[in-house]
Amino acid sequence: MFKRSKDNKIERNQISYHSMRDTSLIRLFILPTIILLVVINVFPLFWSLILSFSNYSAKMLTQWGENPEMIGGVNYSRILADPDMWNKFITTAKYVLLSVGGEMILGFGLALLIQLKFKGREFITTLLILPMTMSPVIVGLMWRLFYNPNWGMFNYLLGLGRIDWISDPSRNLYSIVIVDIWMWTPFVMLLSIAGLSAIPQYLYEAAEIDRASWWSKFRRITLPIVYPILLVALIFRTMEAFKIFDLPMGITGRGAMAPPLIAMHLYNISFVTWKTSYGSAIGYIILIVIIAITSIFIKYLNKAKQ
Amino acid sequence: MKKVSLWLVILVITVSMVAVFSLNGCKKEAAPAEEEAAPAEEAAAGEQFITIHWAQWAPADYLEKLSKGFTAETGIKVTVEQTPWETFVQKYNTEMIAHSDAWDIIVGDSQDIGNMAVNGHYVDLTDWIIEHGVDKTFTPASLTYFAEYPKGAGKYYAVPCEGDGLAWAYRKDLFGDPDNMAAFESEYGYELGVPTSWDMLKDVAEFFHDPDNGFYGVAIYGDNGYDSLAMFAEQCIWSFGGELGDYSTYEVDGLLNSEGAIAGIEYYYDLFKFVPPGFGGAFYLETNDAFVSGIVPMSCNYLAFFPGLANEETNPYAADTGYFACPPQKGPDGVERQFAALGGQGASVVTYSKKQDLAFKWLEWFVKPETQLEWARLGGYTCNAEVLASDEFLSFTPYNPTFKKTMEIFKDWWACPEYDELLRTFSEDIANYVVAGNGTAEEALNKCVEDWEEIFGAAGYYD
Repeated sequence: MFKRSKDNKIERNQISYHSMRDTSLIRLFILPTIILLVVINVFPLFWSLILSFSNYSAKMLTQWGENPEMIGGVNYSRILADPDMWNKFITTAKYVLLSVGGEMILGFGLALLIQLKFKGREFITTLLILPMTMSPVIVGLMWRLFYNPNWGMFNYLLGLGRIDWISDPSRNLYSIVIVDIWMWTPFVMLLSIAGLSAIPQYLYEAAEIDRASWWSKFRRITLPIVYPILLVALIFRTMEAFKIFDLPMGITGRGAMAPPLIAMHLYNISFVTWKTSYGSAIGYIILIVIIAITSIFIKYLNKAKQ
Repeated sequence: MKKVSLWLVILVITVSMVAVFSLNGCKKEAAPAEEEAAPAEEAAAGEQFITIHWAQWAPADYLEKLSKGFTAETGIKVTVEQTPWETFVQKYNTEMIAHSDAWDIIVGDSQDIGNMAVNGHYVDLTDWIIEHGVDKTFTPASLTYFAEYPKGAGKYYAVPCEGDGLAWAYRKDLFGDPDNMAAFESEYGYELGVPTSWDMLKDVAEFFHDPDNGFYGVAIYGDNGYDSLAMFAEQCIWSFGGELGDYSTYEVDGLLNSEGAIAGIEYYYDLFKFVPPGFGGAFYLETNDAFVSGIVPMSCNYLAFFPGLANEETNPYAADTGYFACPPQKGPDGVERQFAALGGQGASVVTYSKKQDLAFKWLEWFVKPETQLEWARLGGYTCNAEVLASDEFLSFTPYNPTFKKTMEIFKDWWACPEYDELLRTFSEDIANYVVAGNGTAEEALNKCVEDWEEIFGAAGYYD
């Protein structure tokens, strides 16, 4: 063992040759994770960036100079000049707006209701959280059965007749939005409950004394304090909704009549028609768009913190 | 304590390594790689095995059952690993790209044979097929479509395993109902019966179509994102006198958008008006579901999915279900043609398999006439000419006569490595007209010609 000096510092010359410093030990334990991250995440990230500037199909034999063949920014210019691709981005934006908007309003609304004291509140909260705990693929397949126009429960319970929610292109985007809202509203609700619980009660008591209205208390106390946590929920949900894949895959499948969502298109390009480099370029454009949107939200989040 | 003894770290690492190697050892014991295990131990344990990869469906179960006979004869175990149809092709393509030896044999889609051959994922079986007389005992059409690439080159990469094609099931009770027969005859001027032409089939669908009472004219494929729409569309195109293109020159203009092809796609559009709601993405499951739930009088599906219709436990109308092959049709040129879309797969030996010798043993056993007969008895669709021609085969299932007829009229999709891109663009262009009702058949096919010429051009076929 080693000795400590009077000021409790380890005397360097006392350190035994067979012992390790904490930092060395930490590095040793972190090393496998770092290696795994580099191999599985970092390398593919850079490799796909290189591929996005080439003409490459993973399906075909790799022959340097031919497959992949470096073609500069051709993939990017083709994507940006393709009106069909813009249509897919617009559809995805519409999906994000509807689903995340719905989740924010409903989630926050539910949180406000759950804050009220009533019998069975804990039980109802647990029930409300259930959809979020399920696997998105299972949820997608389950709702596909609900939506079946011939014998599904959805139309029957709402008395809608035999409406096609799955393969009618004018309607099936909304069917996925409904499921997304059903599944992820509890997430917003949970974060909102956390935010609401942190509001000091004395603020409301003071407002009561001033005879403030409900709306006034909500606007001047509740919303400003919960706002940063709502922004966090917004960031997470926007990021997730923009790259939504599992729900539409389960509900509508990837056929030509499925809603033209960008992540579904990326899958079809990369793993159905095996245009690997073109798919990589689409992936990077999605990444840039998500980073841009998230940066705007984070800017607001930082302002809210201040 | 701020410092930890080096000995403790060494101890942790050593224990971890011992655990990892022990687990690895256990894994090897459970599934020994035959080239690593000592032959004596292997023989004693009877642990030689091969793995076959196929889609998840009843024929794969039949194949595993059939292969028990091979295990009994040779002691070599056979596992048939199944992947759902939705990701079947993607999965084996991904494994082959990685040069995986997870499977020794792949029972792959016929249209993927070019991709697999060109990229060297399948072993060239040409000499083996000639040596074992497969070219003489199996039907020539099955060898061409399931095994040969390029077509007509005499180079084979598979052994026809499951012959399959699109055919029809119908409700005999509804077709034979005197009231229906009288009403049909008065409306269309001829007798209701098994359709003898595509035109008649449409009349029958229209006659039965009664959406207000939850009954629809026909259950056919929409677009599932793979090949469902393309398979139904291609048989319409061929039957009306069109072509998908010239498979040897890759010319498509004037063929894919010919008068016959346009008539075929217009027909598909007209027939699609009589499907139940929600059929835009329908495949085998939806068509079978519609039939067994009694909401359609007839449905089109791959024959390999017909066992569910013949089984009284899964189809309450099984006793009243009849089957027929795709009917003939006169095209705009007045010539009558009869075609069905090919399904089914061939069995290929994987280049990266470390047990190719065992895989060849299995193939050798599989092509024997007695194995083929047993294969047919279990429910598999043999392509062995002798078994197919036997009366015994025709009596195995109520739909085997329909299968035999379908085998005489089938034709396949493109088999070049770009087949998946062709499928995707074709499905998008045609679904936009047939399912979504946008534009005309001519516009859809002209767009497809444009897309395909771009794909073939990029692949260098026109250089």
